[in-house]
Amino acid sequence: MLAPHAVGLATTSLAAPAVAAAADLLAARSQMAITLGFHIVLACLGVAFPALMLIAEWRGRRGHDPDALLLAQRWSKVVAVTFAVGAVSGTVLSFEMGLLWPGLIGRFGSAFGIPFALEGIAFFLEAIFVAIYLYGWRRLGWRAHLLSGVPIALAGLVGTFSVVTANAWMNEPAGFTLGADGQVTSVQPLGVLFNDATGYEVVHMFLAAYMVTGFLVASVYAVSLLRGHRDHYTRLGFALAFSVAVIATPLQIAVGDVAARAVRDQQPAKFAAMELISVTGSHQPETIGGVLANGRVVGGVAIPDVASLLSGFSPDTVIAGLNAVPPDQRPPADVVHLAWNAMVGIGTLLLIPAVWFVLAWWRRRELPSSAWFLRLAGVAGLAAVVAMEAGWVVTEVGRQPWLVYGLLRTSDAVTHAPGIVVSLVLTTALYLVLGATTVVVISGMARRWQRGSVADGDVPYGPREAAAR
Amino acid sequence: MNAPDVVAVVLWAGLTLYAVLGGADFGGGFWDLIAGGDERGRRPRGLIDHAIGPVWEANHTWLIFDLVILWTAFPLAFASVMSTLFVPLTLAAFGIVLRGSGFAFRRVVGRVAGQRLFGAIFAVSSIVTPFFLGACLGAIASGRVPVGNAAGEMWASWLTPTSLVTGALAVVGSAYLAAVFLVADARRRGDAELEAYFRRRALAAGLITGAMALVGIAVLHADAAYLYEGLTSRGLPLVLLSVACGALTLLLLARGSAQRARVLAAGAVAAVVVGWGVAQHPYLLPTTLTIASGAAPAGTLTALIAVTIAAVALIGPSLGLLFVLDQRSRLEAEGEGFLGMSEAPPPGR
Repeated sequence: MLAPHAVGLATTSLAAPAVAAAADLLAARSQMAITLGFHIVLACLGVAFPALMLIAEWRGRRGHDPDALLLAQRWSKVVAVTFAVGAVSGTVLSFEMGLLWPGLIGRFGSAFGIPFALEGIAFFLEAIFVAIYLYGWRRLGWRAHLLSGVPIALAGLVGTFSVVTANAWMNEPAGFTLGADGQVTSVQPLGVLFNDATGYEVVHMFLAAYMVTGFLVASVYAVSLLRGHRDHYTRLGFALAFSVAVIATPLQIAVGDVAARAVRDQQPAKFAAMELISVTGSHQPETIGGVLANGRVVGGVAIPDVASLLSGFSPDTVIAGLNAVPPDQRPPADVVHLAWNAMVGIGTLLLIPAVWFVLAWWRRRELPSSAWFLRLAGVAGLAAVVAMEAGWVVTEVGRQPWLVYGLLRTSDAVTHAPGIVVSLVLTTALYLVLGATTVVVISGMARRWQRGSVADGDVPYGPREAAAR
Repeated sequence: MNAPDVVAVVLWAGLTLYAVLGGADFGGGFWDLIAGGDERGRRPRGLIDHAIGPVWEANHTWLIFDLVILWTAFPLAFASVMSTLFVPLTLAAFGIVLRGSGFAFRRVVGRVAGQRLFGAIFAVSSIVTPFFLGACLGAIASGRVPVGNAAGEMWASWLTPTSLVTGALAVVGSAYLAAVFLVADARRRGDAELEAYFRRRALAAGLITGAMALVGIAVLHADAAYLYEGLTSRGLPLVLLSVACGALTLLLLARGSAQRARVLAAGAVAAVVVGWGVAQHPYLLPTTLTIASGAAPAGTLTALIAVTIAAVALIGPSLGLLFVLDQRSRLEAEGEGFLGMSEAPPPGR
């Protein structure tokens, strides 16, 4: 089969744009959404779970707490699995940069790629020290072992910075100059790395990683506590993970507020979509739920003046509406708005169990004893994941129709290879199976631990036999 | 040497390391697949699992490193390759997902049926992945990837004699490397039986790889003129070096010198990869895009060179530490269950 389009990547849309079939564009966007939406959860775990594991080991070693040490060991086994799945799903994303978006890399790779080069180093160090930590439990001295975990947490920080600053660059492209033909003619690497969206996006995502991991891990122990396993081991597992989330949550709300204001100034159309504002003006209501139909809000609850109040501390604050940009530059407002509601709503609700936990600890140095607290904490894990995914939808869908804000449309960046729909179907099937298997495998490990089985690895394929010789 | 050439050297260095280190891990999957039933395959699989376990993620990272360097330093080449070779690269990506997750899952599932399933997934995808990656290199090397967004042929660009040979060569070359490495691993463990087991396989795989390489040269002569011309002129010393290393490896193996055989086997593979780079110089995409004309602006290249220096300074010692600990058996399972952890917490030292 012949590829129908042989348009040079270097040419801008001025030269007879060969627009890929709408179905292929939608398929490419869906595939990116599914693979990235999958990987982002594992990326969160990859950034924050090692830190949790180190905290547990530190407590186990310094506080001579065998339960903390056992938690650290078991968490490291889970990290081994999530890190492997994260490594391969992350590799898929780097393939997709070219498989799906050759127009992005072909034109802007020389600027957009720089953060990823940094990420390459961070991920490399992560892979090396994860291996040393995981395999070093028995035959490294404990100080050396604990120390081998520190680079993992640091690399997670650098990795978050690199990847998120690349996303920030798509929102606030900087650090390069374009020639008359639209090509990148010079690049200033520091300008790319520290663009105007870097600060708030990086901190927001970093905290999200700690929230997701903390709430998710704690939710497992919350369910276990609800089922009557009220031993020291389970309570400690809950408290360690939940504390991390409790610290991150209020910080995240504050950072989110800063981020929203920045988006209002940098991408008015995205902000208008978030707040479901169709016409520029003052006294904008805060709309919760609802969709736009012919420029009017249908459904949902509108709280008068609150969007203007929150945005500029006065009901007279003027906020730009979707009408501030031409129709072909507006993002799909409903999706962005509902995702924004979900993120802010869940993020705020997560404060409830967090405050409850702090109060109980402050008063009695104990976990809240109420079953309702545990139920809330049990739900908080998945809720935090939903909030994080929703936030990602806000920033990505809210930037549409642009891939690089103001410079490159998503439709101009997509591959001209035909049959992306086939790739989407196969990829979706693969990821459904992969996701389900990951959950089943990890919960199988947990069940075996609960039964007190020590027989891991004593199996025909396992390393035991060879090693014992 | 100018900046684009420096970055191209970095790119090729990463590719060479991936071919040797990542290749050996893929080859482990090959031997895992044909190790036989549960009982018969138990011990070779145990050794393979042990050898790959601590290092495969680090080794895999060379691929990511190279993709990133390629798309940043040579964006047009990356976009052209990825869009024209959409089919084999998608299949390679699927293979990478299945290989890594299958390997990780096999180590932690409790039931034998699950271990068989994940083991098979790991092993089959360890063959599929290098094949498609090798086929892509064949397509690039034989000049079938023109500049542009999916400007080349979707199928005919890689369903060619060259791609089939380079894909097959990647598979058998990986198997050969892995077998030689496993001989040394078995010896380190003092397991004479497994040492002999993998020595036989290393010799066979070495001979097959050599024969396949000869076929490859004949195919290149007919199908990839520019590359053939390069390999038989400026690339010739490296081709001969590879042949010498390969022959010497077999000789050393037959005489029972496992450690030196390991180095020479790696040398044989590395010389081919470097030789390919030398043969297609100055082109990134023979014969349509040169290194110089495809390179990013100077600021980007400077940043990448700085990143490379940082990588050498940071990753070099770290990787050295990993390999030294691994070779000194400090990263060991010791028959204590998965990842070497007994469930009882180790005593604080």
